[in-house]
Amino acid sequence: MEREKKIKNYQTENPWVPRLLIGISVIFFVIMLVVPLFEVIYRSLKEGIGTYVNAVTAKNTLSAMRITLLATVIAVAVNTFFGLCASWLLTKFNFKGKHALSTLIDIPFSVSPVIGGLAFIMTFGRMGWATPVVEWFNETFGTDIALVFSVPGVVLATIFVTFPFVSRELLPVMQAQGTAEEEAAALMGAKGFTIFKRITFPHIRWALVYGIILCAARAFGEFGAVYAVSKARGKTFTLPLEIDALYMAGSANSITQAFAVSSLLVLLAIIMLVLKQIVEYRGKRNS
Amino acid sequence: MGRRIAVKKFGAIVLSMTLMVNGITGCGAKGGTDESQKGGSAGNETITITNVSYDPTRELYEAYNPLFTEYYKEKTGNDVEVVQSHGGSGSQARSVTEGNDADVVTLALAHDITLIEEAGMIEKGWLDEFKGNSSPYTSTIVFLVRKGNEKNIKDWDDLTKEGVEVITPDPKSSGGACWNFLAAWYYADQNYNGDETKMKDFVGKLYKNVLVMDSGARGATTTFVENKQGDVLVAWENEALASVKEYPDEYEIVTPSVSILAEPSVAIVDENAQKNGTEDVAKEYLEYLYTDEAQKLIGENFYRPSNEDILKTFSDTFDLNINMCTIDDFGGWDQAYKDFFDDGAVFDEIYQQ
Amino acid sequence: MKKKERSVLPGFGMTMGITIAMLSLIVLIPLASILAYSFKMTGAEFIELITRPNVVQAFTTSIGCAFVAALINSVFGLLLAWVLVRYNFPGKRLIDGMIELPFALPTAVAGITLTKMYSDQGAFGKFLENLGIQVSYTKLGIIIALIFVGIPFVVRALQPVLEKLPPSLEEAGTMLGASRFYTFRRVILPELMPALLTGFGLALARGIGEYGSVIYISGNSEKQGTQVVSYIIMQKLNSGRVDYEGAAAIALVLLVISFVLLFFINMIQIVASKRTKQ
Repeated sequence: MEREKKIKNYQTENPWVPRLLIGISVIFFVIMLVVPLFEVIYRSLKEGIGTYVNAVTAKNTLSAMRITLLATVIAVAVNTFFGLCASWLLTKFNFKGKHALSTLIDIPFSVSPVIGGLAFIMTFGRMGWATPVVEWFNETFGTDIALVFSVPGVVLATIFVTFPFVSRELLPVMQAQGTAEEEAAALMGAKGFTIFKRITFPHIRWALVYGIILCAARAFGEFGAVYAVSKARGKTFTLPLEIDALYMAGSANSITQAFAVSSLLVLLAIIMLVLKQIVEYRGKRNS
Repeated sequence: MGRRIAVKKFGAIVLSMTLMVNGITGCGAKGGTDESQKGGSAGNETITITNVSYDPTRELYEAYNPLFTEYYKEKTGNDVEVVQSHGGSGSQARSVTEGNDADVVTLALAHDITLIEEAGMIEKGWLDEFKGNSSPYTSTIVFLVRKGNEKNIKDWDDLTKEGVEVITPDPKSSGGACWNFLAAWYYADQNYNGDETKMKDFVGKLYKNVLVMDSGARGATTTFVENKQGDVLVAWENEALASVKEYPDEYEIVTPSVSILAEPSVAIVDENAQKNGTEDVAKEYLEYLYTDEAQKLIGENFYRPSNEDILKTFSDTFDLNINMCTIDDFGGWDQAYKDFFDDGAVFDEIYQQ
Repeated sequence: MKKKERSVLPGFGMTMGITIAMLSLIVLIPLASILAYSFKMTGAEFIELITRPNVVQAFTTSIGCAFVAALINSVFGLLLAWVLVRYNFPGKRLIDGMIELPFALPTAVAGITLTKMYSDQGAFGKFLENLGIQVSYTKLGIIIALIFVGIPFVVRALQPVLEKLPPSLEEAGTMLGASRFYTFRRVILPELMPALLTGFGLALARGIGEYGSVIYISGNSEKQGTQVVSYIIMQKLNSGRVDYEGAAAIALVLLVISFVLLFFINMIQIVASKRTKQ
């Protein structure tokens, strides 16, 4: 309340300044983000609702949807587990090479998706050096796992591009929290997991959920890295690949279908963003 | 709102996700191969084969696959499921050498299949395995212009005129774009009697008029047709015909005086077919392309059927009098790459002038 | 400062093990393959490749455009973050929620849509064409695409810092008679600098390697200098002469640039967090 009042006072001082700033921001926002979004939705409905429904319920679209959701769920699970471990390590302890390690974790953030895909091909592809290892594994355990041009390959590529998303959200929060509370608990004889559960977790809960949502949002949309390791439409394609395939089919109808499927992704994105808003709101209220 | 509950819930989510991961690695590994290992023997089973092709054949194989499936079911009693993969021809060929499990490849140019041969996955002599250099259909390079042909484009020399905006993809990143370049080069060769300086100058002028150089043939078509850039698209005949069919009031085709015979090739990827036990069905799949029914379908999808008689029935669609050179006039693909498209070769020379 | 002694907290070994193992498996081992492939070239070949005019030009274009886009994003990102934290207005929650849209929208969709909008057939394109500005198929187009993909980085880096910054700081400045701009420049901006640099750096790093959103709008003309580095890598891979070593070598240079940028960002954050603790 106190702060709200202050903000109000501050605003009344120079009424034109905030209006101007808000105006510029909104214009920038509309031009850069809203218009492209509406373009997608407009073009997806251009041929009428029937075409739209057909496009989003096509066999290939549904298959792509399934693969996308699968890859997202696994990527989120793996990266959450990793994010918790890594941020515990990086915030609760001091050791040599800590900064280099945290930078390495961030690499997928900025690495070109083209390079991500290339890296997987060069490692697990037919001529990749790790392929004999995979083959040996398959022979020994009677499995038939392929790490590229297959569903596991798609999953792996998705994990790669979203790798730092959870840990990046957790790190600043855990850094700010410090180690005093945990150390006190440890001295009192609490076990590792109990410390985490009782002391750390409540602090990071909202950051964690936020990281998970961002991770999921990014996983839905990944194109470049997945494109390199997924070639069979209706089998290993994710939604972004299906959109690309439809768009590249080139007929007016298929382009409309491409935008219809895109609107599905936009919808998924918006659901994630709404969830994120709720989380942020609750997070702020709780803290 | 106990903290403990939150943690428990969280643990449950993570646990269930981990279980799902285990589920995936079991079933995620290439569905269909287990059954297809028994492919060839009679009975009611589904055999899966993968056809790795290039962008413009999407509609063709979408129509061809049901035709073949029906034929094969009648003949052997087995169902075939054909998984399609499309993309730029060069990158598709590369994906096969990288482990994309193709049983057959149907690509834009023989050179791309040679890449797979060099990786040791296709046996030598594949070019003679099927009729007509293993090309069940051919195509050529033509111009697509906007209705009315305002810039009055008739032949290759019109593309070098000032103010004409040309759309053609980058030969350094697209196999299809090499055909375009070679066709223009052939025209220059005919008109300047092999005077190389003049020929380079001519093709150089043409490429100076290129407004947008996309990374692949499909991208170039999109730029011209969808985004409405440029006056003329140097295109595959089949793509151009498809665009005219799609938008009859917006485009027309101009056939130049000379062009190049494009022979998209097909081959069985021996290594994968042996591993998957799909050699017979793969062979059958490609051979069936030469039957009358399939050849007719090919003509309907704007590729030139290799069967001369059937080609003649499509004389309304295709200009059969066009003077065409072949890749052999350039000494084959390997030589053509050395002369024109490798770093520092003719294309770099004229483009960087 | 008891940093050197062993921590009483458990889990060092376990988390270290898991972190290193997963990092290696998912990130480092695949990226090491790129290193291995580029080492198949000799040093001289490597130098010759990366100093070729088209490669140098692609790096200039990628870095230059990403830099300009990151700068523009810093200005507008700061403005957006400021407005979202400081003011109340209708639609605020909506804007706040949609900032991450570029993360979630597939880059190819973004690229195709932007190309259409800014070509002379699209609404914006037509308007700008009348002013004599061409966007699609120029460097300006690349910059627009990179602004689109980079904006969330800056806004999200700034928001939490701005939220912690008490408005009283500015009030004090204003009461002391300083002009608003002076207060902003001398009091607020220094506080925001680490976060702003972080956002700038992330947007820059992302922009240099960007492929999907750029490839359709750039036109990829060597002559007009609109080929980006990722395009050159794909060109090496997709041409009739598949050149893995060349692609890996160029990729390696990009990776080194990314690593250096990220390392700086981490350093900035460490310095900043130390300063606030004091």
